Amino acid sequence: MTSSLDTSFRLFPEQASTMARQVDHLFYYLLGVLIFFTLAIMIAVIYLAVRYRRRDDNEFPAEDVQNFKLGIIWTISPFFFMLVMFFWGASLYGQMMRPPENTIVINVVGKQWMWKIQHPEGVREINELHVPIGQPIKLMLASQDVIHSFFIPAFRIKHDVVPGSFAMEWFIASKPGTYHLFCSQYCGTEHAEMIGHVVAMEPGDYAAWLSGVPKDTPPAAAGAQLFVSWGCNACHGERAPTMAGLYMTKVPLDNGSSVIADDDYLRESIIEPSAKVVAGYPAIMPSYRGQLSEEQLMALVAFIKSQGASAAPSGVRTTPSTRPVNGQSPDYLPNFPPARQPVPAPSP
Amino acid sequence: MGMNPALNPIVSPITPAPPGSEGAVARHPNYLNVKHTVRSWLLTTDHKRIGILYLFSITLFFFIGGGAATLIRLNLLTPSGLIVDGADYNKLFTIHGVVMVWFFLIPSIPATMGNFVIPLMIGAKDLAFPKINLLSWYLFVFSGIFAFIMITLGGADTGWTFYTPYSTAFSNNYVTLTVCAVFINGFSSILTGLNFIVTVHKMRCPGMTWFRMPLFLWSLYATSVVMVLATPILAITLLLVGIEHIFGVGIFDPKLGGDPILFQHMFWFYSHPAVYIMVLPGMGVVSELVTCFSRKRIFGYEFIAFSSVAIALVGFLVWAHHMFVAGISVYSASVFSLLSFIVAIPSSVKVFDWTATMYKGSVKLDTPMLCALGFIGLFTLGGLTGVMLATLGMDVHMHDTYFVIAHFHYIMVGGTVMAYFGGLHYWWPKATGRMYSEVWGRVTVCIIFLGFNLTFFPQFILGYLGMPRRYHSYPPEFQVYNVLSTAGASILAVGYLLPFAYLPWSLRWGKPAGNNPWRATGLEWQTASPPPEHNFEVTPVVTEEAYAYHLRKAQNGASIAVTSAGVAPVTVVIGPTPEN
Repeated sequence: MTSSLDTSFRLFPEQASTMARQVDHLFYYLLGVLIFFTLAIMIAVIYLAVRYRRRDDNEFPAEDVQNFKLGIIWTISPFFFMLVMFFWGASLYGQMMRPPENTIVINVVGKQWMWKIQHPEGVREINELHVPIGQPIKLMLASQDVIHSFFIPAFRIKHDVVPGSFAMEWFIASKPGTYHLFCSQYCGTEHAEMIGHVVAMEPGDYAAWLSGVPKDTPPAAAGAQLFVSWGCNACHGERAPTMAGLYMTKVPLDNGSSVIADDDYLRESIIEPSAKVVAGYPAIMPSYRGQLSEEQLMALVAFIKSQGASAAPSGVRTTPSTRPVNGQSPDYLPNFPPARQPVPAPSP
Repeated sequence: MGMNPALNPIVSPITPAPPGSEGAVARHPNYLNVKHTVRSWLLTTDHKRIGILYLFSITLFFFIGGGAATLIRLNLLTPSGLIVDGADYNKLFTIHGVVMVWFFLIPSIPATMGNFVIPLMIGAKDLAFPKINLLSWYLFVFSGIFAFIMITLGGADTGWTFYTPYSTAFSNNYVTLTVCAVFINGFSSILTGLNFIVTVHKMRCPGMTWFRMPLFLWSLYATSVVMVLATPILAITLLLVGIEHIFGVGIFDPKLGGDPILFQHMFWFYSHPAVYIMVLPGMGVVSELVTCFSRKRIFGYEFIAFSSVAIALVGFLVWAHHMFVAGISVYSASVFSLLSFIVAIPSSVKVFDWTATMYKGSVKLDTPMLCALGFIGLFTLGGLTGVMLATLGMDVHMHDTYFVIAHFHYIMVGGTVMAYFGGLHYWWPKATGRMYSEVWGRVTVCIIFLGFNLTFFPQFILGYLGMPRRYHSYPPEFQVYNVLSTAGASILAVGYLLPFAYLPWSLRWGKPAGNNPWRATGLEWQTASPPPEHNFEVTPVVTEEAYAYHLRKAQNGASIAVTSAGVAPVTVVIGPTPEN
């Protein structure tokens, strides 16, 4: 650990990511609007209550004050403050939900009641996450039991980790230090114990830390082993689509639509292969629901991703099929060649 | 038509009871003294008695829920948790949530005050379906027994939100019993809503047009629509949770091929509108209180009436703002964020209009008015922090932290409970015929206001610092705010206990109230206190809009009453129905 947790009394949380600063600016605007309206209402209430206090118990004011125009004005005017909030908030949210290109992907699996973390180099941590500052980090999140939520207050980010799907959050740490990591979605008896630390380090310190800790098999390599040990390579590449250059490309489906081969699609195609069948291939792949752990799924995705950019895939080598399948020409086959836009398959 | 002077409501509505007439209030035949047996209470179809039955039932649950809250706050005095471990703490907040939401807040104002005053306000003898009204109460009691058994057996630990797959596949305590309790409770709500809707449509007395109705009725009408349309969704959702929990049929559990997010959509499709079930009636009460204690016609009647309807309708379209970090798409999140801002507008309109009502009025800070002004302040803060939470990039950090806890307690406790106390004090003289102690009432409201803010304001700071909700222990640097919050809670508890002394005291020793102690407009004040069994001796006729305080001046100030002969006054005719 580079520095210990700052436990001093504070009114506002520490700003330790690039996002934290931006979120706080939005917060100050919202706080300003809140203080303005709360004070305005309170002052008006107190002033009117005093100014028009009842002086005689038989007092009945004769005037009925109504003002339609004023009613319309204060029905519409708050909306302008809110439009600013809306667009500002939505643009920040859009940034939070879309990671930049050059991220380091760290796998995080939540279970009752711990966070299991693996770096791309293979280093494993539990309830502790070491990251370099200034580098976009993407956390790939999964849960193996109930819903958890990965929350780093100093970075102003959180995302629920819903079992049965991957989730993602990303950040660029901006200040070295040790910060709280909380599970913020109620997950059972020891929910409050599902906490840990995020240690943000200077890149040099991080490299030193990384080289000084024991390493497990990196996720991509573990995925390559799984790909063979589960016999995936028996079909994929020959009777089934190849993994080479697949990641994040557009895949035509047998119902005429298409899908981007992202993390969620790959996961679904392992768990529920019949949900989205690639055009030109028979729907013969069995479901692997309940047979692969979240970590194994993440490893497989990491492996497929590692096959992505390179034209000559390493790892498990497969020969792309050139045989027509189901009477379709090889041109319809996905990712072959990857650069080409697939022609829409005829609808069934 | 002959008029019994003892029952003729317009003979002496504002004449103070003559000295030495203590006890006289109870002498005229009224809904309280016509029958005395337990049976006459348990089989009553009188909306007023059913309102009182609800008052007792929900008060009991308020104390069960409050007891759980007390233990929660005590536990959070120290970072490691003072009195209970995680398992027990989780049961405490589940009990607190389930009891407070379904057994106190949802029935609070509608089932007690709504039941009591709706027929009085529209000049009817009872609700449209008096027996169904009694059935509602029995369903409530029945569901309450389930809840009580659940608590005594050891409780459940799902939280009031029953999130799957935790509730269906992982929680192994009394989930089924809790779900049953809430399921049955829902039918009580649906029947009450149905009863109110039909009553408002069909039972209004001659002259009581929609735009002459007191705004409390508009808000209860909007509430009832939400109750009738949203509660069945909850029933279905909980049924599915029960089916998955008991039989293992895959609906929400991904291991069985289900979808946990589907549960959240279904749950919030009910539970967000349910927030408006809880707060709309409170807004209605505040509209009554602000006009009465300012002696001014409400500013912008139509704006307030339609804002209730708008809240009820738009309230159905904002549910996914509870799911901004659950993995919904950026586009759907944006739509729900925008709609959530829009639903805030009718609420803000109400706040502006209530405030403006005091302008050039005659403001008296009696207990109910203090509650109403407290509501305006606390609701404003609660509403504006809600707007912060509707802001997408902001919610990501604040979601599931104490900021959210503070926000909805400002609405639910600072708003609804404050309005509930305001309404209780306002209609207390009508229901009992006696005045409570004004001094104690005002002291109590001030204690509640201070205690409330001390309890919940620090939680905003805690939340922004990042303390997650539902934690039985926490990092030590959060302790200062937790201690402040617990200190506030103990003050709040005193505030909530005080009415148990002075309100019952007033039943015996309070000053007789007379028909109209506040000199309010509104039909409920034109009949005796306590009202006779069938509310009005003769069907009233309404000839003016609600809250026509400005017309009172022309009638020589206090004189709402006209001639003792009962000749039609300018304002409210209580006499033979002209036609049909």
